[in-house]
Amino acid sequence: MKKPLAGLLALAAAALALAGCGGEDAGDDGKIGGEITVLTQRTDIVNTVFQDYKKKFEAKYPGTTVKFEAITDYEGEVRVRMNTEDYGDVLLIPNSVNADQLPAFFEPLGSVEELQGKYRFVRNEQTFGGKVYGLAITGNAQGYVFNKKIWTQAGVTQPPKTPQEFLDALKAIKEKTSATPLYTNYKDGWPLGQWEGSRGSVSGDPDAAIKLGKDDSPWAAGKEHFIIDSLLYDAVKAGYTEADPTTTNWEQSKGLLGTGKIATMMLGSWSIVQMQQAAPSADDIGYWPFPNQTGGKFHTVVSGDYKNAVNIHSKNKATARAWVDWFADESNYATDQGGVSPLKSAGMPKTLEGLTAAQTEFIEFNPAPKGEEGLAEKIGNAAEIALYDGKYRQGIVDAARGAKNQSKDQIFADLNKKWADTRAKLK
Amino acid sequence: MLTATRPEAPARARRHGRPRRRASTPYVFLLVPLTLLVVFTYIPVVNMFWYSVTSWDGLSPTQEFVGLDNYVEIATRPELFGVLKVSLYYIGASVVQIVLALYFATILSFQTRLRNLFKGIIFFPYLINGVAIGMIFLFFFQPGGTLDAALSSVGLGSLSQQWLGDPDVVNYSLAGTSVWRYLGLNFVLFLGAIQSIPAHLYEAAELDGANRWDQFRHLILPGIRPVVGLSFILAVSGSLSVFEIPFIMTGGANESETFVIQTVNMAFKYYKLGLASAMAVVLLLIILLVTWVQRRVAPDERVDLS
Repeated sequence: MKKPLAGLLALAAAALALAGCGGEDAGDDGKIGGEITVLTQRTDIVNTVFQDYKKKFEAKYPGTTVKFEAITDYEGEVRVRMNTEDYGDVLLIPNSVNADQLPAFFEPLGSVEELQGKYRFVRNEQTFGGKVYGLAITGNAQGYVFNKKIWTQAGVTQPPKTPQEFLDALKAIKEKTSATPLYTNYKDGWPLGQWEGSRGSVSGDPDAAIKLGKDDSPWAAGKEHFIIDSLLYDAVKAGYTEADPTTTNWEQSKGLLGTGKIATMMLGSWSIVQMQQAAPSADDIGYWPFPNQTGGKFHTVVSGDYKNAVNIHSKNKATARAWVDWFADESNYATDQGGVSPLKSAGMPKTLEGLTAAQTEFIEFNPAPKGEEGLAEKIGNAAEIALYDGKYRQGIVDAARGAKNQSKDQIFADLNKKWADTRAKLK
Repeated sequence: MLTATRPEAPARARRHGRPRRRASTPYVFLLVPLTLLVVFTYIPVVNMFWYSVTSWDGLSPTQEFVGLDNYVEIATRPELFGVLKVSLYYIGASVVQIVLALYFATILSFQTRLRNLFKGIIFFPYLINGVAIGMIFLFFFQPGGTLDAALSSVGLGSLSQQWLGDPDVVNYSLAGTSVWRYLGLNFVLFLGAIQSIPAHLYEAAELDGANRWDQFRHLILPGIRPVVGLSFILAVSGSLSVFEIPFIMTGGANESETFVIQTVNMAFKYYKLGLASAMAVVLLLIILLVTWVQRRVAPDERVDLS
């Protein structure tokens, strides 16, 4: 169908964008040179670390100019801007873009076969139809971040192997220390979405995401989502979490964990560096895998963070592409930020020592079969569950703390029903 | 006029006296506000109507026309309207707010000591932006926060509780914040209306032996009836579409979700922009309907005090 008014608006926006450019671009002649605009979510380091990157890049490719645009609400703002053509030359692909929408917005960087020898996370993330659309800026493992001093004080020095052992550890922390054993960061919502990151780490199955899209009852006893959400429910129910979850504050919580007022948070490994910075000593911060073993082993899923991509409407694709490659190959961003490098040749970072010491097996998800890319997320959104958003887990916390009259079984039955109904509808 | 001072045009200027205004002048002045109005209000609204008949996800280059499917879905999912009961708290709060505003406006329209200071204090919250207010009150309601501290300092510490954490209390806390914020607006409207009542009427009433309460009942209240009516209409439509304060303070968690928060979640969490637009249209219709009913129940009467 046509959309006359939206079209007009887009036209007006494009006209404005063109007026703003002043036509000084090097043009799309395939040569590296001229100005590019790079969108980033790192508002905190855009004027420091990123200026350094700019200098190095411009020194390597004389005649280029790099401009940054740091955006606080990256996900929300960029998705809306993508309705125009003006969304930077290089940008991070918003997580909400479905795999089948990639070709409409981004320039392919090469085929999976070409790139998988050199890069991590290109087999199944931000790929479509065998083509790669983005290179990860860094990568994360999954598990929980904790204050070592507090856990040691409570007498726990080995990673718990089952959810029950984990709950026992929280109990010991509650009894022997004054710290809040587990912090949900309920108010901000997204930290609860981080629990979804344990998908795959619980079962150790590289096909976990694919199977989720084909399952009619992900919350049935023994399945991954049952184990993850039960752990959350049981911990809240037993009173191991903050007293009033509705007034939590993410920025504050980092300092509280660093100084031992909070013992544990379930977050991706990206959080380790931030917690270390908030702690008196970086050694106080530990990181362990999700408390569940398959075949006598812990597992953790390593996956890419945001991916740098080239705007398909860019007027300077060659330079934009050079930036994407340079950022992955030479910027050293991932290692500096304590993450897993997108380069296969680089080893695991020091921040993940806790995982390696626990003999954790690092796995990457397998690519989804053609036509099923991002299926689980599609179902989740259509069912209004939105797995990576914290909202449905807020409901679980509410029920567990008695603010909502629902038992764990009722919640899970309800989720299963929504999931199965939506799956049937989407078929 | 400039033309009159130019040497080649004096005769004409003299003959016509002041040059006549061109008929198009007012429209030229109107052009700017009208353009802004059309670009930022009407085009988006028309777009919203269009989105509401598509299954657009907010990003896809194609917008598939689905007819009235979204409206059918809304009509067949009564749980979408369940959140409207949260609006009842805000309607209750706005009655309190209007009564309080009337009270303060009446008192401060008489000769009261420090009246300008009090006027300022009451109006001030309305000038602070909503996000800042949300942040302030988040700290205010925190366990051990300002409210708890204030309560325990006057020996009422036993009253303190989870102001935002308890689902039975959270909506009172949020509605209270809303009263604090918007009281000033009602207050200023009422104060302005009261001050437009001619002073000689008060003098006459006083000569007849009317006390303050009589003056309020028979003079002030009838005198500002239209403004009170308008305030009620604004209060009810505002309560139905309340968004800012609960969105910032709780994000709609813990049973404090309102219809607009639900709409925003639908559009930007579940990416059902079509359905969300349809919900926005439905809310618009509900508000129009409620306003119409209100006008029928309490029609505008001409005020004639003399």
